[in-house]
Amino acid sequence: MVEFTPGARVRVRALMPPGHIRTPAYLRGKTGVVERVLKEYANPEQLAYRLPAAPLRLYRVRFEMAEVWGAGCETPSDTLDAEIYAPWLEPAHAP
Amino acid sequence: MGGTPAGPVPDASHDFALWEKRVDALMILASARGHFTVDGLRRALEDMGEAAFEEMSYYERWIAAINQNLVEAGVYSLAELGEKMEEVRARAETYGEAAGG
Amino acid sequence: MPHDHPHDHDHDHDGMSPSGHPYRKDQDTGLSYWQCMEIAVRELLIEKGEVSAQEVARQIDVMDSRSPANGAAVVARAWVDPGFKALLLKDAGAACGEMGFDIGPLQLIAVENTAQVHNVIVCTLCSCYPRNLLGLPPDWYKSRAYRARTVREPRAVLAEFGLTLGEDVQVRVHDSTADMRYIVLPARPEGTEGLSEAELAALVGRDSMIGTGVARRP
Repeated sequence: MVEFTPGARVRVRALMPPGHIRTPAYLRGKTGVVERVLKEYANPEQLAYRLPAAPLRLYRVRFEMAEVWGAGCETPSDTLDAEIYAPWLEPAHAP
Repeated sequence: MGGTPAGPVPDASHDFALWEKRVDALMILASARGHFTVDGLRRALEDMGEAAFEEMSYYERWIAAINQNLVEAGVYSLAELGEKMEEVRARAETYGEAAGG
Repeated sequence: MPHDHPHDHDHDHDGMSPSGHPYRKDQDTGLSYWQCMEIAVRELLIEKGEVSAQEVARQIDVMDSRSPANGAAVVARAWVDPGFKALLLKDAGAACGEMGFDIGPLQLIAVENTAQVHNVIVCTLCSCYPRNLLGLPPDWYKSRAYRARTVREPRAVLAEFGLTLGEDVQVRVHDSTADMRYIVLPARPEGTEGLSEAELAALVGRDSMIGTGVARRP
C-alpha cells in the first residue's frame, strides 16, 4: 500500500460496496491533499462485523468544495476535511 | 447522508431521559467488555435503513443496535430476550415502575 | 434559535433541568417497546455478570459531569497561555489531561478559528462528537438536516445559527468520519484584554466549540 506524506495529492477510490464503510459516499472519486498523517487504527470495516481487524493508516485529507460539489457550489474555495483509511486512497496527479 | 437535500436544522433541544442515559451507558459498558465496538453499533444502525431513521428516536435506534450486537456476540439469546421483555411488560404500565426506579 | 442560550444557574425553574431545558417525561408515561427493551437488555447484562447496576449508575454520573464548561476552560487557558495553546493544537488530548479532564482513549484534534479561517464540525456518518470533554451532543447536531447540509452549504447552515461570514473568511468543514474527534478553538473576542481566565471561559459556549457560533463579547 502506498504511504502518503502531508501535501500529497490523493484520490478517494470510487468503490461502492454495500455495508459499513467510514469513507463518506460523497467523497468517493474525489481528489484532495493529505492534510496530516494520523496513527494506525484497526480496520473499522472488519470491526463492524466482529472480525479480526488489521491496523490501517488513517489520513486527514482536505478537499476543496469545488472538487466535491462542482464549481457552482456555495463557495468553491471553502474546504472540507475528512479522515480516510489508506486502502481507500490512491495517488493522484497534479491538475 | 452527507450532501443530500434537507430542510432547516431543527432547533429543538432537550435533556436526556433516564432511559436514554441508560442506553448510552450500556453502549459504553458493553463495548468496554469487548462484545462489540462502535463500528458494530454503526453497522447495525445503518442496516436499519431509512425508515428507522424517520420513525425511531436516536436512543431507540441505539438500543436496537446494541441489542443486535449483543445477540450476535452470544451474550444472550433471542429467547432469553423475548422472555425478559415479556416479564418487564407484565410488571407495570410505566417506565419508572417497570424499571423499579 | 435556542442554541447556546445563556442559562441562569442561580435560579431553579420549575420543571427545568440544571441546564435549563425541560425534563423529558419518561417515568410516568406508557412503557414503550424500546424502553422495555432497554430494561430487558440491562437486566440480562446484570444477570449474566457483564455489568452491575452500580456501573450503569456511575457511567451516567460520569457523563452528566461532562459539559461544555470543561471545553470552555480549555479554550480560556489557550487564550491566555501560548504554550498551552501550542500543546492544544498539537495534542489536544494531552492538553485536556493537563487541565484534569480525562478524555479517555478519544483522539481529539483542536482546530483554530482566526480572522481568516472559520472551522465547523459535523459527523455525516453518525454523530461523532467530543463527548468525553463536552458531554452529549445537542439534538440538532444529530439531525439529518445538520449532517446532510453542513458539508455542502456550511454558510447557509451557519446563517441559520445567526452567524454570517464574509467572503474573506474561508470556511473549513471537518467531517468527523473515523477515529478523530474535533473541537474548535474559537477566536478570542476583542475587548477581553483585562479579563481573568474564568471570565474568559464564561464567554465560550458550546456552539463556539462546534463552530456553529463564536465566543461572546463581554
